[in-house]
Amino acid sequence: MVKLSVNGLLVEVPEGTTILEAARKLNFKIPVLCHHDDLCVAGNCRVCVVEQLGGKALLAACATPVAEGMQILTNSLKVRTARKHVIELLLSEHNADCTKCYKNGNCELQDLSNEFSVGDHIFLDLIYHKEYTIDRFSPAIQKDDSKCIRCQRCVRTCEQLQGVNALSVAFKGDQQKISTFFDHSMAEVICTNCGQCINRCPTGALVERTYLDEVWDAILDPELHVVVQTAPAVRVGLGEDLGLEPGERVTGKMVATLKRLGFNAVLDTDFTADLTIMEEGTELLTRLKKALVDKDESVSLPMTTSCSPGWVKFIEHTFPEYLPNVSTCKSPQQMFGALAKTYYAKARNLDPKKIVTVSVMPCTAKKYEADRPEMRSSGYKDVDYVLTTRELARMIRQAGIDFQLMKEDRFDKLMGSSSGAAVIFGATGGVMEAALRTAYELVTGREVPFEKLNITPVRGFEGIRQASVKIEGCLDEWKFLEGVELKCAVAHGLSNARELMQGVKDGKINVHFIEVMACPGGCLGGGGQPIPTNQVIREKRAAAIYAEDMSLAIRKSHENPEVLQLYRDFLGEPLGHLSHELLHTHYKERERY
Amino acid sequence: MRNIPVKRVDLIFEKVTCKEIFLKTLELKPEEIIQSVIESGLKGRGGAGFPTGLKWQFAAREKSNEKYIVCNADEGEPGTFKDREILDEVPEKVFCGMAIASRAIGAKVGYIYLRGEYKFLVPKLEARLNEFHKLMKSVGHDFKILLRLGSGAYICGEESALFESIEGKRGEPRNKPPYPTKAGLFNKPTCINNVETLVYTVMIQKYGAAHFKDLGTKDSRGSKVFSVSGDTPKAGIYELELGMSVQEFVDVFGDGDTKTVQVGGAAGFCVPRKRFDETIIGFEGVPTGGSMKLFNSSRSMYNVLHNYLDFFTEESCGQCTPCRVGCQQLLKGIEAVKKGEKSSKYLDELVKLAATMKLAAKCGLGQSVGNAFSSIVENFKEEIIY
Repeated sequence: MVKLSVNGLLVEVPEGTTILEAARKLNFKIPVLCHHDDLCVAGNCRVCVVEQLGGKALLAACATPVAEGMQILTNSLKVRTARKHVIELLLSEHNADCTKCYKNGNCELQDLSNEFSVGDHIFLDLIYHKEYTIDRFSPAIQKDDSKCIRCQRCVRTCEQLQGVNALSVAFKGDQQKISTFFDHSMAEVICTNCGQCINRCPTGALVERTYLDEVWDAILDPELHVVVQTAPAVRVGLGEDLGLEPGERVTGKMVATLKRLGFNAVLDTDFTADLTIMEEGTELLTRLKKALVDKDESVSLPMTTSCSPGWVKFIEHTFPEYLPNVSTCKSPQQMFGALAKTYYAKARNLDPKKIVTVSVMPCTAKKYEADRPEMRSSGYKDVDYVLTTRELARMIRQAGIDFQLMKEDRFDKLMGSSSGAAVIFGATGGVMEAALRTAYELVTGREVPFEKLNITPVRGFEGIRQASVKIEGCLDEWKFLEGVELKCAVAHGLSNARELMQGVKDGKINVHFIEVMACPGGCLGGGGQPIPTNQVIREKRAAAIYAEDMSLAIRKSHENPEVLQLYRDFLGEPLGHLSHELLHTHYKERERY
Repeated sequence: MRNIPVKRVDLIFEKVTCKEIFLKTLELKPEEIIQSVIESGLKGRGGAGFPTGLKWQFAAREKSNEKYIVCNADEGEPGTFKDREILDEVPEKVFCGMAIASRAIGAKVGYIYLRGEYKFLVPKLEARLNEFHKLMKSVGHDFKILLRLGSGAYICGEESALFESIEGKRGEPRNKPPYPTKAGLFNKPTCINNVETLVYTVMIQKYGAAHFKDLGTKDSRGSKVFSVSGDTPKAGIYELELGMSVQEFVDVFGDGDTKTVQVGGAAGFCVPRKRFDETIIGFEGVPTGGSMKLFNSSRSMYNVLHNYLDFFTEESCGQCTPCRVGCQQLLKGIEAVKKGEKSSKYLDELVKLAATMKLAAKCGLGQSVGNAFSSIVENFKEEIIY
């Protein structure tokens, strides 16, 4: 343990603790910009400088470990002057067009300049001397260099959390910028559109491409029938952007609000999550049968999930040799879109041309996914517009609705019912758990042998988790699986995904089924979720998701009555002809830069 | 205070038999080698002046199977060109210094990080390295030296940015602590020394610590190689005993009209005529990595400062705010004052900013921009404004 004093108060902390953490322990808040709890130390913004009595230079509190007997001042004259200078310098290089900025009101630089009441314009405006580009080529992410303060949070996110390295630092001195491979647009590079950089950008330099106006236009057009679907993780995140604490479940309020916004039908992506389990579970069992019974060596195992569009684009770029291993199932969002303009249109007697499908997702990669040319199997663009959780919150504010006072309501019928298994799609390990609940029961006729159906070994936040279920007492048609230990692995965050796939490639990881979610914590930590994000917030959202699962009467995908009805009335059977046409897709190899 | 007139010394370029000296050090225990360097009072000749013996001692005390010696030959400070000459004239002495250091701290691999612009030295260095490796083999010392070239970034002369560069990453300074002796190149204990420093360690082994210590002053022991340039009829490289005043230096090297001497390059200090007498060139006064630039009355100090700031604005790595934006503000700031767009009072704000840069920048580059800025602005305010 190391003893030190901060502003005269003594504190004892373990060796290796930073000054920032020690000060937090004493309830002294030191401002930060480049520091983020999820990321490695950078120490480059210098907003967090503190004075060490007797020391020559100031120390970056986020980057300096404590030392015995240190006497730290966090608010001395030297510190105040330096801090104010640093903030003024950042502002002089920043396009402080705050009132017109998408991040107005949720900007860490804005908060800091407010706190330190800067704005004296001590220094010259540098921003007007330079030419900046705003990259709007990507359908998911917008990058505005004029707002960038070079804290490199995005670079560290892309490198460290995601292992993608789409963003990196280029040039030096006054020319230094955050750039991509040869300064190509975000649409042309290895970027997976996961949006984790957006979640950590302290300013408006990285934001989602927004489609709010398009959605309002559709809603307000009486000719159009606008259907909205909401992803599982939205209901445990939305509240945070509307004044509620992290971890509050707002499903009912969200549904009621969406109806009030004017959507013609408020439906649930959970419905197609259940459907995904039916299709993907069957696909897995079919692959296993081919491998184990037919001894077909062309079968690609392990099979990986395909619900996370960030993951899909990642594997297309980085492990294209494993594309046959990716489940051909579309993501729940795209299954929904395809069905909305076929099955739903038919049942409601609507012209699919007049249907607009909007999805609310915790995700920015979904915006890209909806734009893929493959995603038009209904004959139209299956999903017209994708909004993030944050955009929905903005819509609600625009409509003048006091979200907290809303009474709860239920999803509309036909594609609105959900099982608990679908809800947990929002957490890492959830798809695996949902698939196991269904597959095990399909094969054995009995429930998975876990208390209250909670398959806890696949839950949690460890980067890569492996688990196995021994299949015993199979029904006759599945006898070939008798005694088989079904092995599975789960990864979240693309760095972990890379490690997992490398393990598979090197033969170190031998499993049948792999779930990957591109974002840390799964969709609940998605790139479209409310900002800020950190481990504590993600854990609260996860707890909410599992509570939502427990609160539902139906907790297994194959018991969702509307899914059964869909097969009965429209699709026939899982992996049937129509399923193939509407619910399955293919992938393509992409460049590695 | 001992006053030492300008006196030439011949240690660095003296031709010696490295094998003989190295064999002598092989008989010493590592602690004894370190002790002799500590006793000599040798401080780093790159400019920062950290006691070399202590640095070796810190590195020696670290427990690790993998340690490195790095020779910083990225000589990038404007007005410094002595390392080039040393590497050209007596490369084997540099290698020998690295070998002595390797013996002292227990390293098996050394790197020379050579300034990119000195590429013309590579064939010669490689040939001499071949001979050196044969020598190491013959004396049974397990040590090899690898040559790495910079690509022209000034920041890569900063030790931790230099490590990043050798490791193949973008040359950006790291947070300290940990210091290189604990976690340097490839995160292993590393001893990084300037070219000239390493050669002095050889001469200390040859002549003994006392011989070196007798030269110079209490704070600045020994001699130093100076790169003399600017308005002088005697531009060139001179090894001089430390301890002389700027006046004594100017008396010998000036052109009779010296207005100011910039000691230590763009990152150093401007010494105006009125302070020539009282300013000692050394760690008690103005330290220098070797650069001595003389300016006579025909020079505009605005242009001089503008040139330095232009240099820093481009050569900042861009990582930390005080340096990246601060340099631009200082540059644009003096331009605005010159043009009359800002009042002369704005210079006071800029001096405060320079002070913040010194306090809050992440590495030595950003911290030292304020040296040149403040010393030029304080002494030549009229030239900046009018």
